[in-house]
Formats: sequence, structure tokens, C-alpha cells
Amino acid sequence: MTTGQKTANDRAGTRSSGVLIWRRFRRHKLAVVSLWIVIGVYLIAAFADVIAPRPAGDYNADYPYAPPQSITMTDPGDGRGFGLYVHGYIQEFDEVSWNRYYTENPDELHKVEFFVESGHDYRLLGLLETDRKLFAPADADAPFFVMGSDANGRDIFSRVVYGAQISMSIGLIGVTLSLLIGITLGALAGFFRGPIDMVIQRITEVFMSIPTLPLWMALAAALPRDWGPLTIYFAITVLLSLIGWTSLSREVRARVLTLRSEDYVVAARLDGASRFRVVRRHILPSLTSHIIASVTLAVPAMILAETALSFLGLGLQPPLVSWGVLLQESQNIRSVITAPWLLIVPSAAVVISTLALNFLGDGLRDAADPYGGAVK
Amino acid sequence: MLTYMIRRMGWSLLTIWLISLVCFFIIQAPPGDFVSVLMANMEAEGRRLNAQQVEVLRERYALDQPWYAQYWAWVSGILTQGDFGYSFRYNRPAVEVIAEHLPFTLLLAGGALLLTWVIAFAIGIYTAVKRYSSGDYFFTFLGFIGLSVPNFVLALVFMYIAFRYFGMSVGGLFSPDFVEADWSLARVGDLTKNLIVPALIIATAGTAGLIRITRANLSDELTQPYVVAARARGQRENVLLMRYPVRAAMNPFISTVGYAIPSVISGEVIVSSVLSLPTTGPVLLGALRNQDMYLAGSFLLILGVLTVIGTVISDLVLAWADPRVRRQHSGAAQ
Repeated sequence: MTTGQKTANDRAGTRSSGVLIWRRFRRHKLAVVSLWIVIGVYLIAAFADVIAPRPAGDYNADYPYAPPQSITMTDPGDGRGFGLYVHGYIQEFDEVSWNRYYTENPDELHKVEFFVESGHDYRLLGLLETDRKLFAPADADAPFFVMGSDANGRDIFSRVVYGAQISMSIGLIGVTLSLLIGITLGALAGFFRGPIDMVIQRITEVFMSIPTLPLWMALAAALPRDWGPLTIYFAITVLLSLIGWTSLSREVRARVLTLRSEDYVVAARLDGASRFRVVRRHILPSLTSHIIASVTLAVPAMILAETALSFLGLGLQPPLVSWGVLLQESQNIRSVITAPWLLIVPSAAVVISTLALNFLGDGLRDAADPYGGAVK
Repeated sequence: MLTYMIRRMGWSLLTIWLISLVCFFIIQAPPGDFVSVLMANMEAEGRRLNAQQVEVLRERYALDQPWYAQYWAWVSGILTQGDFGYSFRYNRPAVEVIAEHLPFTLLLAGGALLLTWVIAFAIGIYTAVKRYSSGDYFFTFLGFIGLSVPNFVLALVFMYIAFRYFGMSVGGLFSPDFVEADWSLARVGDLTKNLIVPALIIATAGTAGLIRITRANLSDELTQPYVVAARARGQRENVLLMRYPVRAAMNPFISTVGYAIPSVISGEVIVSSVLSLPTTGPVLLGALRNQDMYLAGSFLLILGVLTVIGTVISDLVLAWADPRVRRQHSGAAQ
């Protein structure tokens, strides 16, 4: 260790743990980039109504399986001026194979404008009533499929943007529920040990030894068929969290077990603090950073679980739009071959979000213990 | 060692009992009991059960009695006669359907587990020895990608590439020539060829975690004094690495393999459903979609029990490999 690092470490003794964690976290470049990506994805989910050019269910039956359009910067010279334009399509229909072939129409240009009035009213963040879209064609009826369209002529880009709302929120809500179960059981087991620990350990073991996906599938299939989409959404979230708490609970238990023999915890006990107070005031606060790291790693797992369930048709159902629901359409390999963007665009959304969350969680885990060990 | 083994097995029996309760709950979950669903299904096909048959079936599954009696009727049927209930989708006893598909599941899951292990072991050692090299970053990144790409997306991409660029339609475990053929060396070769890609796809999800664990453990061992001592004795670096620190870092590796089994089974279910392999995955999915609950519940039970057995074996191997584990667990008894 060089002298420079040593003085930095000496000074570290006077900093709060939050500052130290942040300082250590910043060293993990990939995690910092991921943090911004995650924030970006959640912002997209929050402002989906503005960002998506079309409402989620809006369809245009004239354009099934339309390929992605490229946006060009040009001046068509008809008085509309210099700006962003997309080409229209020329369709050819093969009577034999019943396939539609799209080519770009060089003569048909649609101007794309920013903050354009779309005619589709919505409430921004549930407050402000407006119909402005971040970017959309000036002519509301023009075909506009920057990432292609699906079998019903719905805009994939808009649907993926709306899908972020459900896919990303299911991860957050599900993990919050898991966290409540996991922390409670883990802290109980770690603190009281003995028979309580034994019972909780066995329950955890049962849940860990049943393969999760088949169990999720079975429980999801057992949900009543006549439930509305919103009820199903909450039921699936609860199911995911009912099974997802095990690793969190084990983590908390292990940490509590080591912490409870720490001097300051023993001191609090000798001081006559009640058990509840010792856990709440002395043990849980020093767990916070580890818990945040585990939670961040649990969110992508839950997003992937929802995607897999919905893909198999056992999770969320249309008209709800999640990334898994969108991927249902690529279940049939024939339609993927006709329209690869059905698979590529939603998959890219899933992979980017889960990858960023995984890197973020990894960085947080490394930074969670600013006092422990050498700087690696 | 013996006390540890007995205790470990006792606990796993308890776990299996709890799993069977969960499975029973799942069988009971859809509205309507087994016989009324069966009657409705048969009526849809224009057949009828006579009153006597209904009576016999209701008796067999103890449908007029409280749930614990029904549970007992189900479990005792499994234990005494191997009767897992009846699949009305296949019109056969559930156990026959399971027996047909389970070997392929075990083969595929076993292959995937082996691949996970080999890949994670090799890359784990490499990244620990060459920490912070560009190779380390590359493999760590690759591992994270494997963790973040859903298995079924990989399977779909694989199908797309095979169809688009090689004109092959993927699906099944045998090439057309071998589907009906008798077992021969060539057929085994064909099966292996068709198993590799699905196994690799399933393995991608589990490797990242194992690589991280191996890397962390081995890095801790590499700075230990005994490694320095061996190096000072003039032992060759490769021999030294394999002889001491890798062995010491293996322990957590063996124990995590136990928990890798459920994830491999989960991966198997979805990848097989996409690639339509004749394993338990698609059958379980079909059973759940059609509320063929005895078949679904039995699959779940068997997969759960197999996982528990796998975990027990990995724990016993760990206890055999590491005296510290044995002592820690029998410490209370001494």
C-alpha cells in the first residue's frame, strides 16, 4: 500500500459510512454507468405517456409486421422545411405465400416533430392533462414505426416503453414485499436462534429446494381465470415475492448472527435494552447497506421471472403490456423469422435493464462494507 | 460423519414432506375437484362416467372427506402403489407420462449442471489468477450477460439462427433419421449433438454466480502464507495452484452446486418448452394450461424431491471433502 492511500484511509475514519460507501462505489465505473441507465429506464417508465408516440393498444390494421423505419435528416423541398423525416411504405402482397413485403417509399415523406399534439389525451404523472408527445409524426395518421410493428400493426417502440411500467414496477414492488418477509424472518432466526431459527431455516430450505420456475408456473396457473388484469398483476407480484424472499432471509440471518456478538450489541443488551429495540436500533441499521445491495440484485431476478412467466402465457395477459407479454408474440418462430424485431426489441429492453441492475447491485455489494478489508 | 449423515437425511425427509404439502395444495387449488373436472371433460368428448365409476373414483381420492384425508389418500397411493393420480389429458396414469419424460430431463439437467461446473471452474480459476486483467473483465462481463439474458430468448435466437442461416428447423432431441431408430452408438451420438446447445443455454444462467464465488474464494487463498511457502520451495506455479489453493477454494464450490440444481431445473423447463424437447418442461406447461393437476402436481413433487436428493448428495460430498464441515455440524452432539 502506498503512502497516498494510507493517508486517505486515515482520513476515512472521520467520514460517515454513507460518504465512504459512495466513494467506494464510484470506483466501480461500470456500476456508476449502470446507475444512470437504471435511473433512465425508471424515468422512461414514469414518462411513458410522453415518450411513446402512440398509446399502448393503438393499432393500424394497414401495417402488420412493418419493418423499422429509419429517421433521416433532410429537406424535401416542398415548403415543409429542413428537419427529421421518415419514409412511408410500399406494400406488396404475395397471393401465394400470403406474405406482405415492405419497401421504403422514396416519394412519401412524413415530418417528425417534437412535442407535437397527438390527439390522444393522457394525464402526465396523473396530474397534468395534455396530448403532447415527445416526438411523433406531424400527421397523426402517418405510419410511424421506428422499431417496427407487430401482427396487429401496433408500434413496438411505444409498447416496449409502456412495458417498462409494468416490468420495472413488478421488480420493485415484488422485492419490497420479499424484503419485508425476508428481513422479518431472517432477523428473527438470527437473533433468537434455537427452535425459532430451526423452524425458519426449514421453511426457507423447502422454498429453496423446489425449482422456482415450475412452482411459479403452478401457482400462477392456479389463479382464478375470471380475475381482472389489475388483480392478476398484483397476484403475480405477490407470488413472485412469496418465493423470492429466501435468499434475502438467509443473507440477513447470517449477518445478524455475526452482528449479535459484536461489542456494541452486547453492550446494548447489558444496558437493558429490549430485544426488539436491540434489533431495530442496533442491528438492522448496520445491515442497511448489505440489504440495499441484495435488493438491487433481487430486482433483475424478479423482472426475469415475470418475463419468463408471461412469455409462457401463465403470467400477465394482454391487454396488460409487459416485456414478457410482448415476447409472447415471438413464441412462434415463424413470426420471428418474418419480423425479427418482435424478438429483438423487447429482449434488448429486458437485457439492458437487468444487466444494468446486476452491475449496479454488484457495485453496491462491493461498496457495502466500507470499513472491511483492503481496498481491492 | 455417521451422525451428520443421519441428521442431514432426517431434515431432508422433513423437507420432502413439506414439499408434498405444497404440491397437494397446488393440486387442490383450481376450482372443482378431480372427478367433477374429469366428468366435465368426458362429457365434452361425448362420453359419460356411470354412477358406479364416479363412486369408485370419489372413494379412491377420498373426495368426500376433509383435506387431510384427501392428502393421505394421495400420498399413501404414491408410497404404496406408485399411483400418482390420473392424467385426463393423456388418459393415462400420471406416473406413466412422467416416466416417459423424466430420463431426458435428468440427462439435460445433468449435462447443463456439468457444463455450468466445468465453465465456472475454468473461468473462476483463470479470473482469480489473472485478476483485473482484460481477460478477467471480459469473462466477468460475459458471465453477467449470461445472467441477464433470459434463457428462452437465447433459445429463440438459436432457433432463428439455425433456421435462417442453416435452414434447419430445431426441435426435439433426435434428428429425423434417429427418432424411431433403436439405440445404437450413432443414436447416442446424435442425442449428444442435439443436447449440447440446450444444455449450454441452460448453463449460461448459473455460471456467473459460480464464477464470482470461485474467483472470490480463490483470490483469498492465493495470498495465504502456505502459497508463498510453496512458491519459495521452488514448486512450479501450475502444480502449486492445483495442489493447494484450488483444493481449498473448492469447498464453497461444492456446496453451491446443491443450490444450482433448482435453477438448472427451472432453466430446463422453459428452454425445453421453447425448443419443444420431449422432457418434463413442455408436459408440465401443457398440464398447467389444461389444469391437468395430478400430472402437474406429481411432476412438481418429483422435481422437488430430486432437487432435495441432489442437495443432500452435494452436502454429503462437502462433508466428506472438508472435515471442518463435519465437525461444525456434529459439534453440538459432542
